[in-house]
Amino acid sequence: MPGPLLEIRNLSYSIGGRPILREVSLSVDEGETVVLLGRSGSGKTTLLKAVNGLVHPTSGEIWFEGKSSSEWDPIRLRRRMGYVIQDAGLFPHWTVAANIGLVPRLENWAADRVDERISTLLSTVGLDAAEFRARYPRQLSGGQKQRVGIARALAADPPLLLLDEPFAALDPITRFDLQRQFLALRRSVRKAALFVTHDVREALMMASRIVLLKDGAVDTEAAPREFRAAQTAEAKAFLAGLETP
Amino acid sequence: MKTEILSLSLEHLQLVAITIAVAAAIGLPGAVLLARRAAARRWVLGLANVAQTIPSLALFGFLLPIPLIGGIGKQTAIVALCLYALLPILRNTLVGILGVDPAVRESAVAMGMTPRQILWQVEMPLAVPSIVAGLRIATVATIGTATIAAAIGGGGLGVFIFRGISMVDTPTVLAGAVPAAVMALLADEGLEWIERRLSPPQESQAPA
Repeated sequence: MPGPLLEIRNLSYSIGGRPILREVSLSVDEGETVVLLGRSGSGKTTLLKAVNGLVHPTSGEIWFEGKSSSEWDPIRLRRRMGYVIQDAGLFPHWTVAANIGLVPRLENWAADRVDERISTLLSTVGLDAAEFRARYPRQLSGGQKQRVGIARALAADPPLLLLDEPFAALDPITRFDLQRQFLALRRSVRKAALFVTHDVREALMMASRIVLLKDGAVDTEAAPREFRAAQTAEAKAFLAGLETP
Repeated sequence: MKTEILSLSLEHLQLVAITIAVAAAIGLPGAVLLARRAAARRWVLGLANVAQTIPSLALFGFLLPIPLIGGIGKQTAIVALCLYALLPILRNTLVGILGVDPAVRESAVAMGMTPRQILWQVEMPLAVPSIVAGLRIATVATIGTATIAAAIGGGGLGVFIFRGISMVDTPTVLAGAVPAAVMALLADEGLEWIERRLSPPQESQAPA
């Protein structure tokens, strides 16, 4: 029986003696969406960056696909993980097609295969391939950019997606639309995801499991249904946000 | 007179072309190296700034007695002009590279691009408009400053200007000054056009 896809063991990270992450342990299984929920400054984005090798933990271990992160070449590791950030971070000088095809190109796929993949992905994220391929990011709305960002992350078919508040900057209607599509997408492509958000509603909607971080440590870990009944002060504080009349 | 204007203009153009080529050959790779080294960057930009503050006539004078690069003639002129042209090229290239949106750079790293791929596929293309702007500033400034090269035997349109001054003859001064000014304007327009062509169009065509 293989272990989890991603396993984080006792991960700590501090800058200049100030702890950002304290002894965080969690795992993500194949096909599972683990949501990292927390306030600003709770360390959730730092944890995501540590998984991607963008920050180097002070202590602890990260295992991905059965290999410790110290055994991974960071470049190879990153190409096995799709990464989506808040304002998409699309390359402004490249077309939508070039943006989506980035990792496949880096991985030396044949040109026609990259091309085919781009068209497939555009329709997967609900954009018309003929219409959008040749556009530049500045010609897209916020929601369209985010869709392209997700398509780019999926491009080389990585087993794990890392999403850092991907929908936070969108208007509520577009956000809801993308959240629903992401759920549908996840069912169809069966990807594991580590999803960072500060929005408890989004967490409850997207998660197979919620990991609530407080001051860099795991406060609560529970499936959405159990999370609603969580008793820690931090979980209650987040859940109080749901009780709007 | 007409043929002399033409030949001195060509000589002037040659001075400028060599200067910009040499300054770019040093400045562009220099900026790429400095982009990753914050401490060295402060020193080099500081030095280039200091060089910029030396009055050009004084700099030509300084260089005259220095062996190898000094002496009377074009070579000294080009060395001095390069010192002036270097700063705008260096600084604008650095501004272009360092000015890339951090979110874009971070996602390039996160997608698994190597530092070299990030430099050549992301940072440099995005820096192109700024680099061309630097070349434009350097070129226009060099066309003007190069008139002083005549003071140390560098030739060019400055020959007319210095001759006119010593003869107290305005038409002779203008025979040097007007072609230099026209040259500067044309270079400015031409390089600006290239700059615009290379910049991504800014108007948003996003549908609602």
